[in-house]
Amino acid sequence: MTDIEKYILRIADTTLILSQRLSEWCSKGPSLEEDIALSNISLDLLGQANGLLEYVSKLNGEISPDEYAFKRDEREFYNFQICEIENGHFGDTIIRQFLIDIYFKLYYQELEKSKDETLSALATKSLKEVSYHLRHSSNWVIRLGDGTQESKDKIQKSLNNIWKYTGEFFEMDELDKKMLKEKIGVNNKTLKKDWDKLVDETLIKAKLKRPEDGYMMTGSRKGIHTEMLGKILSEMQYLPRAYPDAKW
Amino acid sequence: MQEQLFQKKIDAEQKIEPKDWMPDGYRSHLIRQISQHAHSEIIGMQPEGNWITRAPSLRAKMILLAKVQDEAGHGLYLYSACETLGISRDELNSQLHQGKAKYSSIFNYPTLSWADMGAIGWLVDGAAIVNQVSLQKTSYGPYSRGMVKICKEESFHQRQGYEIMSEMANGTKEQKEMAQDALNRFWWPSIMMFGPHDSDSPRTGNAMKWKIKRKTNDELRQDFIDKTVAQAELIGLKIPDPDLKWNEERSSYDFGEINWDEFWGVVNGNGPCNEQRLNHHIKAHEDGEWVRKAAKAYAEKQNS
Repeated sequence: MTDIEKYILRIADTTLILSQRLSEWCSKGPSLEEDIALSNISLDLLGQANGLLEYVSKLNGEISPDEYAFKRDEREFYNFQICEIENGHFGDTIIRQFLIDIYFKLYYQELEKSKDETLSALATKSLKEVSYHLRHSSNWVIRLGDGTQESKDKIQKSLNNIWKYTGEFFEMDELDKKMLKEKIGVNNKTLKKDWDKLVDETLIKAKLKRPEDGYMMTGSRKGIHTEMLGKILSEMQYLPRAYPDAKW
Repeated sequence: MQEQLFQKKIDAEQKIEPKDWMPDGYRSHLIRQISQHAHSEIIGMQPEGNWITRAPSLRAKMILLAKVQDEAGHGLYLYSACETLGISRDELNSQLHQGKAKYSSIFNYPTLSWADMGAIGWLVDGAAIVNQVSLQKTSYGPYSRGMVKICKEESFHQRQGYEIMSEMANGTKEQKEMAQDALNRFWWPSIMMFGPHDSDSPRTGNAMKWKIKRKTNDELRQDFIDKTVAQAELIGLKIPDPDLKWNEERSSYDFGEINWDEFWGVVNGNGPCNEQRLNHHIKAHEDGEWVRKAAKAYAEKQNS
């Protein structure tokens, strides 16, 4: 696998696994409108994953987008660990989404400037979608934070629990550095300042307390994951794995 | 007098609108029918939702997710149409939870293989379209307009379902078996979707006079069977009815006796998934209560 292929797989896997998690909400939303909104976000992310995997597949020339999605094992996935955590209650899902939506927005804004034209075009398309996702998740953070005492307690706890998964957004490993140098990739470290600012703006409106940066989960850039990824994949990949000769 | 004017309008194919006078029986019939239709869309999300996380390709996953989302959207239009008759969504929801309102019995059957996603699209949406095409001409304006919108999407779903069936029927040995098995399990429940025979359908009378329904249960069922048999043959699947035979005189298919005991059993709560579907819906509603309360409290703070 070339460097750029691996770099794109990181974004593709992040959108794919998050989409998979969100799709579990289908028919379980707190209202019909929210059911539709969560499926919609899931569908957008799946579309992003598909576009990215098609590009990796084109660069690679041998592996199809479906094979990337359905035939790799845990250690060959490079999504952020935040995507793997269980949906929990609606507030848990909203916090997970809010924290990553801001990241996506800032990341895609930078990726838009990539000298790789396909990546830049995919970033532009995705940016429109994640701006809408961010509006949706921020509005809910505010409503739940400043709603009832119960909702405030719940979502503050979600925020505290999920915070440790945000460190991965801003890491720079050798591959990130190389891609940055080649003007293909993004400087993740510099995203942190704006991310902090955008997070704080909403948390203030929501009357929520920002958790301290403490221990942060790490490893996804090396294919290290939580134990939950294996279960997600065994569900997601079951049919193509069980019937390898079948076309669907 | 009012009733005569109302009937005159109906006979002249004019639409009845929410603010127009209407007989109580017309209103209650519509509420029952539209809410049943809305609930079917919503409960119908479950058997298909059961396979979203296991869809076998990226494309299949996108199509299924979009389809289930369309169904939620249909539910929304239909609840809105129903609300124009003076009933709230909360009331409709609670009628569903109390078992007072029904939904299509077809969704009380389990989805056991990926081919079931094909069978539901092809047969269940196919049957729904036959019914809904005729309902585009229903006399109540908001319902009729909702149907026009819904029909476009449903015919898309039906084609996608047929595509899954066709691919599987022409796929590996296992895929073909799954496809035939899905057809075997969903065929009879699908043709039951049109309801009891006209002779046993107590409510058909006024519904036809008021032009809420434009075709009887038996007419719709026959339309569906006549157009579906050829589709099955084309992809090499066998309809599980030994009595199915083309009748030259009627230019229609004759078909075997429907198991009405099973039909009424499932309608009255004794189907394989009745309890599961309803409990799932109730649980989602209860789990979301704190969220709805918070949204309400927040909105009130903004307005005060």
